[in-house]
Amino acid sequence: MDLSHAPSLPILSVRDLVKTYGTRLGCGPISFDLYPGEVLGIVGESGSGKSTLLSCLAGHLAPDQGRVLWQGGDVLTLAEAARRRLLRSDWAYVHQNPRDGLRMGVSAGGNVGERLMGAGARHYGEIREKAEDWLGRVEIDPGRIDDKPRAFSGGMQQRLQIARNLVTGPKLVFMDEPTGGLDVSVQARLLDLLRGLVRQMGLSVIIVTHDLAVVRLLAHRLMVMKGGHVVEQGLTDQVLDDPQHAYTQLLVSSVLQV
Amino acid sequence: MTSAMTLAETSFNFAYLDEDTKRMIRRAILKAVAVPGYQVPFASREMPMPYGWGTGGVQVTAACLMPEDVLKVIDQGADDTTNAVSIRKFFQRTSGVAVTERTAEASVIQTRHRIPEAALTEDQILVYQVPIPEPLRFLEPRETETRKMHELEEYGLMHVKLYEDIARHGTIATAYAYPVKVEGRYVMDPSPIPKFDNPKLSGNAALQLFGAGREARIYAVPPHTQVVSLDFDDHPFVASKADHACDICGSATSYLDEVITDDKGGRMFVCSDTDYCRGGQ
Repeated sequence: MDLSHAPSLPILSVRDLVKTYGTRLGCGPISFDLYPGEVLGIVGESGSGKSTLLSCLAGHLAPDQGRVLWQGGDVLTLAEAARRRLLRSDWAYVHQNPRDGLRMGVSAGGNVGERLMGAGARHYGEIREKAEDWLGRVEIDPGRIDDKPRAFSGGMQQRLQIARNLVTGPKLVFMDEPTGGLDVSVQARLLDLLRGLVRQMGLSVIIVTHDLAVVRLLAHRLMVMKGGHVVEQGLTDQVLDDPQHAYTQLLVSSVLQV
Repeated sequence: MTSAMTLAETSFNFAYLDEDTKRMIRRAILKAVAVPGYQVPFASREMPMPYGWGTGGVQVTAACLMPEDVLKVIDQGADDTTNAVSIRKFFQRTSGVAVTERTAEASVIQTRHRIPEAALTEDQILVYQVPIPEPLRFLEPRETETRKMHELEEYGLMHVKLYEDIARHGTIATAYAYPVKVEGRYVMDPSPIPKFDNPKLSGNAALQLFGAGREARIYAVPPHTQVVSLDFDDHPFVASKADHACDICGSATSYLDEVITDDKGGRMFVCSDTDYCRGGQ
């Protein structure tokens, strides 16, 4: 994507975000800006604070300090009703495990339709039409609209979760290891799909992963975390091709080559 | 207390529950009336009958009863089924109030799974027995989450249930405990009444109280309150009943029970409301 055309105002600004677990540091202080249409990758080893950071941003955890600015207001000071409305309208969250993000007892169509109905859609035919359209867009046979997610393979469940999240046309999507637990060929297909959707819809994405191949394909910009701190950040290719920090160098050199 | 009661019977307080408990329940009822459709927690008591036999309804009735009241108890519309008979007998023994099978004569009606066919008046209280008060329960098992959803009016999930019905059966197949919205605010489970009865919830002149003993919740629909059954624009709510007339009284408008009469496919349809059926004969 050509970032020179992007508007200069960030869509999300994070300032001095700190989260501690008792005396232990979860992450922070962290500051960054995310611009419309930009995909930001956050990489780091297990325990580096990347999931803590994502949970704080998405409102699943309450940070101890800092501000998360969205459209001029601080999300952390929003009333709960407004924050939850934001989470199911302009924001979306794709869980690593599709079982956390889907209702397993509800059909694929119902899963995709839930956000629409939550936003006030009350016309069954239209909801169903939109669900069918979205199943097609994530490469699930629309004929399986009435099947339960548990009848789907892992890759299909993950694609269903993505459809369920994107159906209301969010502006910002959080993804926590969206390709974790999938085999390599399914991963590749999912990444290809995600890349297409992000580009078509002009989504801003914050994606947390420990898989450098994922960020290489998807992310414009990269943040490398270790011990709760950001140790390096920059354009993805720049960070991966010319890592400056010792930890980033270790991370890049640890990738297995086939 | 009436003088007709024997010594053994007067060893109970009037209507079984002690006065402090009744006061606690009345407070919960007042709050429920003030916030229509909102589930008010109360300290549900152990009653001398099993859970599932209407212990919630019995506690609400006990808290409402006055010595001059006339009580009617129905189970699936009938006055003479086990649940109705045992609860009626319970209140006869513990309170000595007059009982009736006539809907129009009763001042307090405890019901399981029906609203009487005859129109109720402002002088009547209808007490429902509720097994599961939370309409969102089967979709969202966490109580903390369902309370939050009520608080923030996040009711999209209720429509997911109706969506699933249409996707699977072609129509909204939910035939009882059909979810409703009270005064445009709280989504409420009307207890397992047939959806045929749902329109009678709305604008009813009587005070409608709902008691769930095991789940320890009381909620209410005050007189003349608007109650709307949830639906889709292209699949509107339909109050359905068996397409038949009563084989005893001939009523074409009352809710019918299907009764199997032999093992050769013989069947008859009769009014589920026995008092209404008797009045029509």
